[in-house]
Amino acid sequence: MTGFAVEANFALNVALLLMLLVCGIAIARTRSVMAAILLMSVYSLASAVWLVVMDAADVAFTEAVVGAGVSTIVLLGATLLARGQIERRSWHASIAPGVLAIGVGVLLVYAATGLPGFGDAASPANAHVGRAYLEQAAQDIGAPNMVTAVLASYRGFDTLGEAVVIFAAGIGVALLLGFGPRAQLAPPPEDLGDHHVVLRVAAKLLIPLIVLYAFYVQFHGDVGAGGGFQAGVILAVAAILHALVFGLRETMAAVPAKAARTVAALGVLLYAGIGVVCIINGGGFLDYDRLFTSRIEAMIPANLLGDPAHEHHWGQHFGIFFIELGVLLTVAATMVTIFYGFAGRVVGGEAKR
Amino acid sequence: MPEVLMWIGGGLVIAGTLLSLLGAGGVLRFPDVYTRIHAASLTDTGGATLVLLGLGLVSGLSLDTVKLFFCWAFIMLTTPAAANALANAAYGAGHKPRIGTFQIMPADKDIPRDDGPPESGAPEDGSADE
Amino acid sequence: MLLAAGAAGLVVAMTLMIVRAIIGPSHYDRILAVNSFGTKTVLLIAVIGYLFGRPDFLDIAIVYALINFVTTIALMKALRYQSLARPLAARKEASDA
Repeated sequence: MTGFAVEANFALNVALLLMLLVCGIAIARTRSVMAAILLMSVYSLASAVWLVVMDAADVAFTEAVVGAGVSTIVLLGATLLARGQIERRSWHASIAPGVLAIGVGVLLVYAATGLPGFGDAASPANAHVGRAYLEQAAQDIGAPNMVTAVLASYRGFDTLGEAVVIFAAGIGVALLLGFGPRAQLAPPPEDLGDHHVVLRVAAKLLIPLIVLYAFYVQFHGDVGAGGGFQAGVILAVAAILHALVFGLRETMAAVPAKAARTVAALGVLLYAGIGVVCIINGGGFLDYDRLFTSRIEAMIPANLLGDPAHEHHWGQHFGIFFIELGVLLTVAATMVTIFYGFAGRVVGGEAKR
Repeated sequence: MPEVLMWIGGGLVIAGTLLSLLGAGGVLRFPDVYTRIHAASLTDTGGATLVLLGLGLVSGLSLDTVKLFFCWAFIMLTTPAAANALANAAYGAGHKPRIGTFQIMPADKDIPRDDGPPESGAPEDGSADE
Repeated sequence: MLLAAGAAGLVVAMTLMIVRAIIGPSHYDRILAVNSFGTKTVLLIAVIGYLFGRPDFLDIAIVYALINFVTTIALMKALRYQSLARPLAARKEASDA
């Protein structure tokens, strides 16, 4: 069966690459912005499947949720804000950029031929630090998911940087686009009719399920694919669904914009705070082994995770738990802030109906 | 026994895939947006049921069976609702069906009905509406 | 094996959907094609998971079944009403407030 799996792998890779190529050409050639956004969603989805085929579950997860989900919705919001027109340019203007693009492309292809083979055990990425992480993670950290172990513990400082970058993006959108108080949004029209009764019922059923699934992904991130980022985006998607079906006004009553910004800041505070607690207890920044003083660590019941005989690194477990919680709060609140910014902005001073 | 289950499961997966393929063919060949919505949503849901049932037989009874059940439940809940919403939107935007007619409800008599956009994509400006 | 044939069939169906997304004369055709592409992707990810012996990919399939719906609704709403903020349906309790 192994030989067959290799053939299936290759055939799938070729088919998906062809799909990506067709999509890309179509995006470049289409004349309607709406069609381009649709095709970009398809492109992201095909990339997600390709990542699944290459066995990168966490990245595929994030690509499917962010690329094909939230990114499309935010792009739609941006398109609705801008009423542009196509200007005709002669093709002479595209010669220089075209030559530059082709030149860079040729250089990239030439560089790609020098890359080591896929999954090569002797390549620099897999030989030194990578292999040390893979071999040591079971003893040092004890989380089965290697990606979480590296992201949250070994490279926890980089992940703090990512959370701060996301938070900064949310602040940037809030500053640039802003959103007025809820009163500026038009009150719902008197009778919306029964046109969308199916949608309303389906949304009422789905929103709690999506929130529940977000928490499943959050807590399951140590074992399977998932983690704080993906869970935060899924949580934001639940709020976005509520806003799409029941109106932005209702959603801003349920999740106020100020609360979203505060929660985003709290997430980053939690993450950095864990690091500071580790310093106070005598370790380095984000050194989870020093998260608890020995007095507190003695108070943790040995059978908290089920098996009293197995040696657990409580500092690592709780450290990863709290920072993933911080990432969840920041990402969810920032995505909601960004959506509020794009969808809540009134065009031309009059609230859109 | 597990061998037979594997073969039956594989057969169900193939059947579901064939149904999806038929639906894809239908979406390409049907003349109108309403008939296409019908083809796509029906065959997607039916194909998903068969494929997930087949995978459930292949995997045996475990935690994954519960996950497959949830996958099926979510698809069953969302695909028909999305099809309904899409058809509703097309109806409200004024698409006339190319084959047959439909009854206009008295509340919607004044929506302007048109034949839909021309077959060839004319250059449009950057706004989102057609 | 049978699962590989199923995956191949799904890939062909997805390609046909892309064709509809490119040609479809009205934007509603394109939204329909994207929704259908998404559902077929969910099935493809599930089948690939079992084909390569990694049933953990089911999590990705489940999450995309949910996200697909939300994206379709957003696209439909933007196309039909040109606004993402307007309510589509009233919450039953809101009529009493």
